[in-house]
Amino acid sequence: MNFVEINNISKSYGSHKALLETSFSVKKGELFGVIGPDGAGKTTLFRILTTLLLADSGSARISEYDIFKDYKKIRQIVGYMPGRFSLYQDLTVEENLAFFATIFGTTIKENYELIKDIYVQIEPFKDRQAGKLSGGMKQKLALSCALIHKPEILILDEPTTGVDAVSRKEFWDLLRKFKNMGITIIVSTPYMDEASLCDRVSLMQEGKIMQINTPDNIINNYKPILFEIHSNNMHDLLIKLRKYHNNSNVFLFGQTVHYSSINEINKDDLKMYLKNNGHANVEINVCTPTIEDCFLWLMNQNN
Amino acid sequence: MLPVIFVMPIIQLIILVNAATFEMKNIKLCIVDQDLSTYSRNLSSKFEGSPYFVIEKRTFSAKEAIKYIDRGVITAAIVIPKGFEKKIVRNEKNIKIQVLVDAINGTNAGVSQAYIVSILQDYNKQILSKLLPANSPGNGIETSRRFWYNPELNYKTFMVPGILVLLITIISFILSGMNIVREKEMGTIEQINVTPIKKYQFIAGKLIPFWIIGLFELAFGLTIGKLLFDIPLVGNLGLVFGFAAIYLIVLLALGLLVSTIVNTQQQAMFISFFFMVVFILMSGLFTGIENMPEWAQIADKVNPLAYFIEVMRMILLKGSGISDILYQLFAIIIFAVIMIWLAVWRYKKIS
Repeated sequence: MNFVEINNISKSYGSHKALLETSFSVKKGELFGVIGPDGAGKTTLFRILTTLLLADSGSARISEYDIFKDYKKIRQIVGYMPGRFSLYQDLTVEENLAFFATIFGTTIKENYELIKDIYVQIEPFKDRQAGKLSGGMKQKLALSCALIHKPEILILDEPTTGVDAVSRKEFWDLLRKFKNMGITIIVSTPYMDEASLCDRVSLMQEGKIMQINTPDNIINNYKPILFEIHSNNMHDLLIKLRKYHNNSNVFLFGQTVHYSSINEINKDDLKMYLKNNGHANVEINVCTPTIEDCFLWLMNQNN
Repeated sequence: MLPVIFVMPIIQLIILVNAATFEMKNIKLCIVDQDLSTYSRNLSSKFEGSPYFVIEKRTFSAKEAIKYIDRGVITAAIVIPKGFEKKIVRNEKNIKIQVLVDAINGTNAGVSQAYIVSILQDYNKQILSKLLPANSPGNGIETSRRFWYNPELNYKTFMVPGILVLLITIISFILSGMNIVREKEMGTIEQINVTPIKKYQFIAGKLIPFWIIGLFELAFGLTIGKLLFDIPLVGNLGLVFGFAAIYLIVLLALGLLVSTIVNTQQQAMFISFFFMVVFILMSGLFTGIENMPEWAQIADKVNPLAYFIEVMRMILLKGSGISDILYQLFAIIIFAVIMIWLAVWRYKKIS
């Protein structure tokens, strides 16, 4: 049985539709990623799941509890970490932990085993006010607070946004550990590179889920050939490539341009076209797509 | 925040009690003596001798006196017309004196006028007894006045309890009004709302600290009132604190209610101010409730401040016991129950 089941959840704010008949399910002990740009509806979805917001229509359950009827039960088993740092900034690290432990009717000692790995990292700062911690430390503290009552499921809203690369990696390592302890985790992120760290991901765009699959399968499902192109004049290269075929996907990817199209493209033809258009030193390679390529491709297809 | 909570009331108490007084001294006066007789000089010397008046100007023309009023040099003018003495000696009827008062500030004008009239009446009596021995005071009705509970009509005695109420009201209402909304702004409410904490537990957690601060503030203020202004503490202080305890619940719950409705501290501030200003101006602190129009008196039935100020004055100055304030006590208990219920009901953990 799936641990989390979401059926046709919709939510709109006035005329703006934040979520459109969203459905998916998460298995017990799965690390499930929700990937999408800002405004895709990730936070709305999470707030509905954590019973903070009422959906307009649809149904959902976590474990055997309905999120509308049994919201009190849900709050016992869910550990939620909002996208914005929401702990008491004027309490110290230790006070925050103790406070949330008390509210959940437990103590730090009782569940110390669970948060030990994170807590040793923030322990040197335990007498510091939460508001004065660095971004990465704040997130670790928030994660500890979300874990303090030994939840069965963690719902983390963009936990790595605004966090440096090292802390991000550490954070994902922690999530892996908790997953291995059997905690189901639903995590959202706007960073496409983090998608490959999840068991399964759902790609979201404008309140709709475009695809749900394992990261590998998402890449395997990517049909067109992807070219990595480099030239001296990148800006002009972009313009010329966009003119080459209708229905094609062109975007800057680091130092190169990624190009793909619905139509079958011959590498030599493409090279000729670019040469004729003033790009003598053009370099074209076929490359394997990343999640980001897949996401942008799907986005283009949907539009 | 702590200095604000403790320093503010001391400063406000000292400033407000000394400044917010209707007692008037040194009313600037202009005497227009057109008679220049013994009687008229006698009359003006009465004003000179009074501590309430300062003779700022003397002139012969009423027009000039009005000019002085226009310019704000004087507050009132007394015009003694020509032939004043002659009429008195001849025992004529309808001897007139004109009093001109600057009524820009209605209250001040009323008080100045009353002072002037009382001096004139005093003078009137003197003349009567002098000219008509048969009519001497022994034969008329003599009034002897005694002001109960505040024999010297000391304004501070009257104001300190009221202003104290004002202070703890502002502190408790603003602090609680800002509270939940601040959690909304900081986002901490999100984290609290996903916990299994009960609504009443949350509201109680918000109320109790401010409740203690409010009571402490009252004790603090009473001490200052006693030491600095020597206000009489006639009644039972336990009763004052008992009433205050319930009163604070009303105010704090009202503040929390505001806090749950609005989304930003700015909005909370505006709404709190709206309530504060209405409550304070209609509280009977500055103007007696009995003097208000009937609809206002009815509206004041839901003004918790009015009850508390009345009770404070009754207990502290009069020494009223619990049986004297039963009505106010019941009213405030009903408010407390309603407000707490509303605050708990309005605070939703789901949006």
